[in-house]
Amino acid sequence: MGRFLLRRLVHHLVLVFVAVTLAYVLASLALDPRSRYEGRNPPAPPAVIDAQLSEYGVNDEDPLPERYVHWMGGVLRGDFGTTVTGGSINDELWSRALVSLRLLVIGSVLGAAVGVLVGVVSAVKQHSFIDRLFTAVSFFFIATPVFFTAVLLKFGALQVNEAAGETVLFYTGYETPGLEAGFWGTVTDQVAHLILPTLSIALGLTALVSRYQRNAMLDVLNSDFLRTAQAKGLTRRQALYRHGLRTALIPMAPLLAYSFGTLVVGATFTEKIFGWHGMGEWVVDSITRDDINVTATVALFTAVFVLFAALLSDVLHAVLDPRVRVTA
Amino acid sequence: MIRQEPTTSRAPEGTAPLFEVRDLTVAFVGESGPVPAVRGLSYALSRGEVLGIVGESGSGKSASALAVMGLLPSSATVSGSVRLRGEELLGLSDRRLARIRGSRIAMVFQDPLSALTPVHRIGDQVAEAVRIHQGVSAAAAHDRAVELLDAVGIPNAAQRARAYPHEFSGGMRQRVMIAMAIANDPDVLIADEPTTALDVTVQAQVLALLETARRMTGAATVVITHDLAVVAGIADRIVVMYAGKAVESGPVVPVYADPRMPYTIGLLGSVPRLDRPGRPLTPIEGAPPDLARLPQGCPFVSRCPVNVPVCRTIEPALEPVARSDRRAACHRRGEIAFGRIGGAPVFPLPEIASAREESPRDGRPAVLEVRQLVKRHPITTGVVLRRRIGTITAVDGISFDIREGEALGLVGESGCGKTTTVMQLLELAAPEEGRVSMLGRDIASLSRDGRKHLRREVQVVFQDPFASLDPRLPVGDIIAEPLRAFGVSLDRRHGRVRDLLDLVGLSAEHANRYPADLSGGQRQRIGIARALALEPRLLVLDEPVSALDVSIQAGVLNLLEHLKVHLGLAYLFVGHDLSVVRHVADRVAVMYAGRLVEVGDADEVFGHPTHPYTQALLSAVPIPEPGTERQRTRILLDGDLPDPADLPSGCRFRSRCPLFARLPPERRRRCSDVDPPLEPRSTGDHQSACHWARDNPILPAGAGRSRTGRSDTD
Ligand code: SF4
Ligand code: SF4
Repeated sequence: MGRFLLRRLVHHLVLVFVAVTLAYVLASLALDPRSRYEGRNPPAPPAVIDAQLSEYGVNDEDPLPERYVHWMGGVLRGDFGTTVTGGSINDELWSRALVSLRLLVIGSVLGAAVGVLVGVVSAVKQHSFIDRLFTAVSFFFIATPVFFTAVLLKFGALQVNEAAGETVLFYTGYETPGLEAGFWGTVTDQVAHLILPTLSIALGLTALVSRYQRNAMLDVLNSDFLRTAQAKGLTRRQALYRHGLRTALIPMAPLLAYSFGTLVVGATFTEKIFGWHGMGEWVVDSITRDDINVTATVALFTAVFVLFAALLSDVLHAVLDPRVRVTA
Repeated sequence: MIRQEPTTSRAPEGTAPLFEVRDLTVAFVGESGPVPAVRGLSYALSRGEVLGIVGESGSGKSASALAVMGLLPSSATVSGSVRLRGEELLGLSDRRLARIRGSRIAMVFQDPLSALTPVHRIGDQVAEAVRIHQGVSAAAAHDRAVELLDAVGIPNAAQRARAYPHEFSGGMRQRVMIAMAIANDPDVLIADEPTTALDVTVQAQVLALLETARRMTGAATVVITHDLAVVAGIADRIVVMYAGKAVESGPVVPVYADPRMPYTIGLLGSVPRLDRPGRPLTPIEGAPPDLARLPQGCPFVSRCPVNVPVCRTIEPALEPVARSDRRAACHRRGEIAFGRIGGAPVFPLPEIASAREESPRDGRPAVLEVRQLVKRHPITTGVVLRRRIGTITAVDGISFDIREGEALGLVGESGCGKTTTVMQLLELAAPEEGRVSMLGRDIASLSRDGRKHLRREVQVVFQDPFASLDPRLPVGDIIAEPLRAFGVSLDRRHGRVRDLLDLVGLSAEHANRYPADLSGGQRQRIGIARALALEPRLLVLDEPVSALDVSIQAGVLNLLEHLKVHLGLAYLFVGHDLSVVRHVADRVAVMYAGRLVEVGDADEVFGHPTHPYTQALLSAVPIPEPGTERQRTRILLDGDLPDPADLPSGCRFRSRCPLFARLPPERRRRCSDVDPPLEPRSTGDHQSACHWARDNPILPAGAGRSRTGRSDTD
């Protein structure tokens, strides 16, 4: 099993490298930091602009491979370079990463767990009212883009707050700036900020996972081995718990790995809409600012996040299913 | 109202039978109201007795077993009575029934890998069966599980108990199922298609094991199967089911010898038999009725050649046949005797031109010639960079040829390389090693045009008639497809489709239907018609009838025979059912671990097999006649095919060879040192690959004609 995971890790690392390289090349070709300097008033002499751009490593006159190797070399030493205005990326990176991770980790764990639960209940109670309700709701959220869900949630929160007469659910930022409320006060405040953005990315995931989980569970409910388990003397319920659930979870593991990509995209919208200063907001802003290094850095962060998620789902898969431990 | 079933008279007077099913009915929810699956089934069993329930798919045989165990989905309605030692089981709660399931009534299911939980270890699954019913510690249950696995013949039981189901072969998994079933010494053992989808050698092992299990536990046993030959070997009594009802019942010997219900007669007549190769089969025309729209009267009426007007109005009850403990559900059961009615056979023998043109084999041109064909598969590892870490030689230097108008049967257990061989041939690509020529042309030297031309001449019919037909196209288009590909004009296509439909025994109106509207047998006929569209000379038949019910299978086999004679086709027939191959093939090639071990004229190979493997294969094939079947001695093979990556030295069959086991040590050495080549045997071109080959007639028909093989000197 150790070797299996090691192989997967190497595999994922290669993919991360390819993804980041592509992101860097693409950003370098599409973004034009020079324009930011040329448009200045008073106009700066071209030589000065060139020198400035070269110093930041984003001069389009320098050969692309050279710039790429330079940036990559820095990254390997833990230096992500400078922003287009000369600030250090490293300074900003960690605080933003923490903000995004809080959203992504809680959102994905919550989304997947609730999705599995909803799927199992739907399958066991197939054709019942609750099954049909879950089906309708999840199709709604699968069909709805994240930004629409987010705006909807924001609107809902407004109603709640109005009804409550005070701000119960916050929809801007991830904490109240300058709040002095002691430890518990801070926690409550942060949770109140977290609820809406987390919901907006978790709902889509829940909806998707619950559909797949329902199908996987239905397969198991009709499976021969469940019948064998009952023939041995288990009641249907016991057979379901001891033999069915774990088997039904197996197809979820790879699904989760794939859905993290979409999750990150969703998080980008969510951060922008709820005013979270995370990685998603950063990448959107830096594209409009023609900032190559930041764009590539965020791509790297995303790739690494997806790598960990994929690795986690590999571990999960191997733990659940003895059949993959020997193959692959 | 409870009908008395006299077939229970085996139980000693005055005691209730051990296990009794009365008027069992099962209905499922259908689109428009309930659909019956079982319509009143009764039987009774005493200790140690074996009942065979025989029926085709949809006859209700499996539903009846699941109903007994309380394992049907809750949407099914069950009525009647099921009593174990007088205690009523129907209507018990799931909790109370669970206490009986697995301890007093145990069940063995058909195994397509799916009957064991994939994520739990084998040992744990067996131990669970022990723990549920016996209040023992986990450690004790585990020890008992290992004991049980050992008892059912799993080698290295203690170590193998830690394995998962996917690491076991089909036969081994079925042993595990039996181990779980006998874990608690059940009173009743129900085996639902216990050997379907297993190789014949493994089937023989499993049947022998079931017999041992019955003797160990003394359980009354119900064996549910579609295979009349299996029942002939192990059952004391038989119930034949049709359209949810028992239509004939009684002790096996008289029922097989003198069936009284036309359906039973038809079934027995449609099974190809290893011991009667020349006998034509009598197919039952038509298909079983749709249970959702059962006609009035006898359910068999539309397929019954001897029906009378009353059959259309009144459904015959299962009633005693003159002064015996047998019963049949037919209005004319009194008139029928030994398959005949008023002197004429109930199912007249079909006219089949079996007058094979007996021009000598050497005079006919070869359609396919294979010389030293080799096919290797690489074993690779790694995800990003694939590395080759070894090769498996799936086909290792086989040679055979097929002459015009001749059918070659290629047989062997699954994994022996026969499918790989067929796939390689169908590719029409130059083999890695060896030479293949079709119609006299070497495949390696063909141009693209030449290859395209050859494609017309070589067509294939696959096993699954449903999967190989495009469901969105009407039948006419499916058949015309190859014609269109070769640019035949629309007009000619229409005419040709009509001719082809006629040729395969369908009518012109079938051209407008879709595959979904057709029965399995009709679909397979469409598959054959499509293969024949381009007037090929060689037809590759890959298990063409193994997905069909026996009554349907017979019609397709007769059709193949007819086409061969009339069109002068050559067949390469791949099959796992040796009785079917015996029926179809003129010549046979027996394959083991990538090699041919015996080749020759079918009569020779089947009548006087000289290779120990062929002998074991043939001895494992059951024959649907209780008298004969019970007197046969089986040569049981141990274990499974050897791992192709790790073959034994010398003779590949050595690890399982029953003859090797009996040889004196100095002779054994030859087997382990020298790989035996194919060598000619006594007559004709009969060849086999064994140093100590000797003729050993396995089948009753060949008894008394035994001869000694040529190489029995050393
Ligand atoms: S009752 Fe009539 S239709 Fe049915 S099997 Fe007998 S003769 Fe045939
Ligand atoms: S050569 Fe030896 S091991 Fe091989 S089949 Fe013959 S007797 Fe058996």
